[in-house]
Amino acid sequence: MSVPAPQRITTAAPDGNPDGNPAGTPATPPAPRWGTPGRAVRARTARLLAGALLTALVAFALLGPLVWHQYSGQDLSQFLQPPSPAEPLGHDHLGRSVIARLAHATRLSLALAVLCVATAALAGTALGLLAAWRRGWLDQLLLGISEVFLALPALLIVLIFAALASGELWTIYLGIALAQWVEYFRVVRARSVSVLTSPAVEAAGLLRLGPVHVLRRHLWPELAPVLLTMATLGMATAVLAMSTLSYVGVGLTPPTAELGLLITEALPYYHEAPWMVLAPVAVLLLLLVGLLGLRSQEVRR
Amino acid sequence: MPTPTLPETTDPGTTGSRPPVARAPHDFFWAQAAGRVLVRRTAQAVAVALAVTVTCFIIVQRLPGDIAFRIAAGRYGYDKVDAAAAAEVRAQTGLDEPAFDQLAGWILDAVRLDFGTSLVTGAAVTGELGHHLAATLHLAACALLVSLVLGAAIGVLAAQSRGGLLDRLTDVWVAVARAMPPFVLGLVLIIVFSVQLGWVPAAGHGERGNIVLPALTLAAGLSGLFARVTRDTVVQILDSEQVRFAETKGLGRHVVLARHVLRNAGVTLVAYVGVQALVLVEGVVVVESLFAWPGLGHALVHAVFWRDIPSMQATVLALALIVVVVSTLVDLAVLALDPRTREVR
Repeated sequence: MSVPAPQRITTAAPDGNPDGNPAGTPATPPAPRWGTPGRAVRARTARLLAGALLTALVAFALLGPLVWHQYSGQDLSQFLQPPSPAEPLGHDHLGRSVIARLAHATRLSLALAVLCVATAALAGTALGLLAAWRRGWLDQLLLGISEVFLALPALLIVLIFAALASGELWTIYLGIALAQWVEYFRVVRARSVSVLTSPAVEAAGLLRLGPVHVLRRHLWPELAPVLLTMATLGMATAVLAMSTLSYVGVGLTPPTAELGLLITEALPYYHEAPWMVLAPVAVLLLLLVGLLGLRSQEVRR
Repeated sequence: MPTPTLPETTDPGTTGSRPPVARAPHDFFWAQAAGRVLVRRTAQAVAVALAVTVTCFIIVQRLPGDIAFRIAAGRYGYDKVDAAAAAEVRAQTGLDEPAFDQLAGWILDAVRLDFGTSLVTGAAVTGELGHHLAATLHLAACALLVSLVLGAAIGVLAAQSRGGLLDRLTDVWVAVARAMPPFVLGLVLIIVFSVQLGWVPAAGHGERGNIVLPALTLAAGLSGLFARVTRDTVVQILDSEQVRFAETKGLGRHVVLARHVLRNAGVTLVAYVGVQALVLVEGVVVVESLFAWPGLGHALVHAVFWRDIPSMQATVLALALIVVVVSTLVDLAVLALDPRTREVR
């Protein structure tokens, strides 16, 4: 273990990813990259594709509800109408426009995911920094609380909150945010402790550069890339949790347009109108693929 | 008792400021490390149980309507509930006591594994819990076994042909397994294997073949991560000094794989079972609801739907404790497999 790492040729990170090791920390030996330039190019194209996919979905979520704004109006004379140019996905069993419902559902999922992740990341990062900075009993207390959350799978926390009030958006928001803050807390705390005890920060302290300097120049460059990666993953988790809850029947309640609900509602008519099931499934899959594809920066050997 | 002397492993580069640790016998380290794990995990279990109990108590306090009327309805039937019956219930169950005393009683009951009676079925929750637990463990064990075997096999094979076709296919499989929501995967499996091909029953419990689809759904999601972890670990070990030395020594490829690579990879893989315990429990909740498998997840979703708080408390506790127990076992297994982790930190 203590053998010095042998000299290996390492390729630089393809996209100028700031290799955030502040000078002086015992850097982990550079990961040997089994890398040909082709691999890096392919990874970049994959990320570009994921970005384009997400942009398209966001555009659909933002513009769709403006074009097809009637998502809950029923018209039973249009029972299971097949797709037409004006209504690309036809009408559902209550004569509602499927594309309008899909657009609203996508918007809801994306908005909720952003909100949850922002809340969780902000709270987790703040508490993680606080714990790393103050140490002592506060650190121990927060660590203890996070241990409790570590043993509770996210879906259980969201389910408990769903029992508080049925089908209300705020319980789901609070549940998901509460389930996710731990991750940010643990990662930020662990990284910050190693940064704050590094000789570089010690030197900054000797020079009386103050906490703002340490935060901006030492902590932030180290934390930002990790937080970004975690955020995209967290958004995927949030989208998935919300649709799963309503699919199982304890999330949002009809007539809200939600991806999981759309799938549940359309399932009985699978033989008559398969597109009604396939469309929300496709949107859900594309959302997840897009979000997960953004973070394809994994080190491959 | 043999007392093997440990080689001096203190690394002067990183531990220079630490006072030298007195070297004790091997078994002593193992027992000490195991003890630390047990203390930490027990504290975690107690804290989780307390948090869940208090949360459920708060939910009951804020449930709309009077809980005394609810319990009275459960006992005497809906048409025999009046204010007198509710008052009697309130006096008997101590619902008129201050909230703090009630909470204390509630926690004491939970310690005695007495979660009260289900608000829906009227049966004792603890009795029902046993059946649900057995069903869930059955399903989880099958899924874990399938995913471990599948994931490890795929991972080892992919690592052997780095960058080859199999490796790329593994990449695709990992990505699909990760992006596929379990409930969608379950639906696809039902449509293909049950509706179209008619090989296995779609849902239910008790018949032969019932377990196939839920276990496969769970295993597919888990196998992706196992395959990825195995592949990366095996590749890393294949690149390591000890393997290069073993090859230089003239050992055959298979001997190197069996003797040097697999044991090292096993340590990482076992550690990942602990990470997967969370995913597994989440999957159990979804998959059991989808396939009507009468386990803890199914019971939990029903309890949440009907606001059956006693059942909810019991099922959440059971699922959380499963996570803690699996984590404990994994910690101990890693200690047993990997002597390096036993060092005093």
